[in-house]
Amino acid sequence: MSSVAQKSGFGATLWDWLTTVDHKKIGILYLLGGLFFFVLGGIEAMIIRLQLMTPNNDLVSAGLFNDLITMHGTTMIFLAAMPILFGFMNAIMPLQIGARDVAFPFINSLGFWMFAFGGLFLNISWLFGEVPDAGWTSYASLSLHSPGHGVDFYAIGLQIAGGGTLMAGINFLVTIINMRAPGMTYMRMPLFTWTTFVASAMILFAFPPLTVGLFFLTFDRMFSGNFFDHTMGGNTIIWEHIFWIFGHPEVYILILPAFGIFSEIFSVFSRKRLFGYTAMVFATVLIGFLGFMVWAHHMFTVGLGPTANAIFAVATMAIAVPTGVKIFNWLLTIWGGSIKVTTPMLYALGFIPSFVMGGVTGVMQGAAPLDYQLHDSYFIVAHFHYVIVGGVVLAIFAGLHYWWPKMFGTMLNELLGKITFVFFFVGFHMTFLIQHWLGFWGMPRRVWTFMDGQGWNIANLVSTIGALLMAIGFTVMLINIIMTTIKNERVGNDPWGDGRTLEWAIPSPPPFYNFPATPLVRGLDTLWIEKMEGSKEMITPAEPITDIHMPHGSIIPMLMTLGLFIAGFGAMFHQETSWGLGVLIFGLAFTFVAMAARSLKDDLGYYVTKEQILQDQENIKRGRN
Amino acid sequence: MDLNTKFTPETWPAHPERATMEAKNKFVGFWLFLGGETILFATLFATYMALKNKGPSGFGFTTQELYTLPLVFVMTMLLLTSSLTSVYAMYHLKSFNFKKMQLWLGLTALLGLGFLMLEVYEFSHYVQEGFTFSNSAFSSAFYTLVGTHGFHVAVGLVWITLLIFRNSKRGLNLYNATKYYTFSLYWHFIDVVWVFIFTVVYLMGVVG
Repeated sequence: MSSVAQKSGFGATLWDWLTTVDHKKIGILYLLGGLFFFVLGGIEAMIIRLQLMTPNNDLVSAGLFNDLITMHGTTMIFLAAMPILFGFMNAIMPLQIGARDVAFPFINSLGFWMFAFGGLFLNISWLFGEVPDAGWTSYASLSLHSPGHGVDFYAIGLQIAGGGTLMAGINFLVTIINMRAPGMTYMRMPLFTWTTFVASAMILFAFPPLTVGLFFLTFDRMFSGNFFDHTMGGNTIIWEHIFWIFGHPEVYILILPAFGIFSEIFSVFSRKRLFGYTAMVFATVLIGFLGFMVWAHHMFTVGLGPTANAIFAVATMAIAVPTGVKIFNWLLTIWGGSIKVTTPMLYALGFIPSFVMGGVTGVMQGAAPLDYQLHDSYFIVAHFHYVIVGGVVLAIFAGLHYWWPKMFGTMLNELLGKITFVFFFVGFHMTFLIQHWLGFWGMPRRVWTFMDGQGWNIANLVSTIGALLMAIGFTVMLINIIMTTIKNERVGNDPWGDGRTLEWAIPSPPPFYNFPATPLVRGLDTLWIEKMEGSKEMITPAEPITDIHMPHGSIIPMLMTLGLFIAGFGAMFHQETSWGLGVLIFGLAFTFVAMAARSLKDDLGYYVTKEQILQDQENIKRGRN
Repeated sequence: MDLNTKFTPETWPAHPERATMEAKNKFVGFWLFLGGETILFATLFATYMALKNKGPSGFGFTTQELYTLPLVFVMTMLLLTSSLTSVYAMYHLKSFNFKKMQLWLGLTALLGLGFLMLEVYEFSHYVQEGFTFSNSAFSSAFYTLVGTHGFHVAVGLVWITLLIFRNSKRGLNLYNATKYYTFSLYWHFIDVVWVFIFTVVYLMGVVG
């Protein structure tokens, strides 16, 4: 079977997307899934802000408020930010290194389905009316005593989604280690590929502790374990350590790819080589390393003692050094460049001051004595939204505009893009800047409502209006996406005109085999070198065109995940129902049988013949003229 | 990849486990996976050490009274020997001697099975003494750490059994050589984890 000849019709299309192992399609699935959860998390955020708009407000109940803040945090981190970044990594990174595919197409698909079903599992809690309500950190002293199944949804949903993340991480690592095109040495890899590499390595070492922690929580809540229950000799602080040993690297897993996206954008739209490429690479690796050394700065007030606090405070502040290196390198990339202020560049320019502010407040909290004052106040909320929204979300929007043509073959409207930016950027600062002061004025985080006469009224109102502006900005972006898709004006290989890396050397969207012949890489910014030499084909092939080996699609990844999804419900209800245990065993067995089927049946893939590739290339050329 | 290529010991590559691109990917990917597994067990070890001997007030179990070293010593010997037999199997994998490889792997599986049965016996013995999973923080941590290792052994046994039977009629090729090889990596990893369990849980529990 060759996928050059494709069946049409809704059923066939659906089947194609359910079974796809093509990294570009999986990238799109990640992107759409992530955007869906981004909308969900955004709605939760809007309700939170509306509740806090005025004092003594009772728009939502205190219990529902706890549900909202927990699900907002969990959704945005695990189900929105990471999957959208994974979408870019999947769609773009293999193109940047001149690969035809990722190392493990099957596992890539499995990773996506685990994210999708894990996210679904978490959010089905809304239908049950028993929603996770112990905060996104779910500290054991709270989560063990949360009634109903809310926290069970958290523990099992994140377990499934987290497993998918781990697989995606290993897949990206092996892809970058093994599948770079000839000449693509490590020190010629684009920065986005580098940050994908380091973030994936961090996933590999940060997610197993989360897996273990979530198992402990599952055991304690559903299988009468005693890890965190102090009356049984357990220790609630163990959860905090395990969670933050995962949780701190996690924020770097989010921000490093964001740095990568901005590094690409600065360089392309300043039409200059990235300043200090080598320093950028080493700063990335150093941040990745230090990211594992600082988890206890989330626990300064736990009482680990002055020695531990001092060590973690110093380590925390040390991270400012490589981050500062990056900021200056970006500034010096822009310096003297021939700047084009496109929508992605606008986000990149807005990112620098926003992220620096988040970074500076981070160093403030890194000073342990000051953290005792700031702890659990709105200052903290302001800080982490400045780094996550001002860093990661701006990068996601920038990347969305920047790579949209490569992923979908159409160009998002620039005017609407800039309108989105203005609303979102102004709204963002309006929402969160004032929250620094709210924190100084003593407003604690995670409160359902506040009383009149404490001087917090106007600041909270301003914050809510800012959130509304962000929502307007995002809506404009959705309109932009819909309009662009309907218009469907196709673009060529390099719609920005200044692409420097390999993904811009091939059609948008690329053919399913990416490169008819593996490219030969002759330096950093491969495509730019070809352009400067006036090369016509934009790619120097490393080999003649030959038959290409491709993997078969498979429904098994989805089935494997479905089994885990079913098993999750079994685990959750096994204490109060007779069928729970049976469902748990059935679900796990289902997954195992699907796995065994995959293992026992040889799947050697198929070949696209040279003739088919030449014919396809001919069609692409004709389509362009 | 063509499964019909017939190899002889002379044409068989020196590193059959990573002779193709797919095989190279699996080889590197599996090493990375084991890196993640290391962290997983490290977290379990840390938790066990923090919760060792901890229980509700009036809790009676201590590591000194609970563990019996002779049984654990036999288990250790079984698992270490099974690691050795898997090395012999890999020797025959590289020299393209399929029958002998299957034989040594079968022996590996039997030794692993023996280990697992002794572990089941050990656990049931503790449970009969009243040291159940929900009895205390200590018991939860113990069963989770040692049980996760036991679970890995069980997964390995199913894995190698499927491999032995699936390929019994068709012999070695470059597609399944990687599968056999990654199994042996996995099996060594389990062995190394057990060495740590033997030291940290049992030896330090009884002696330290």
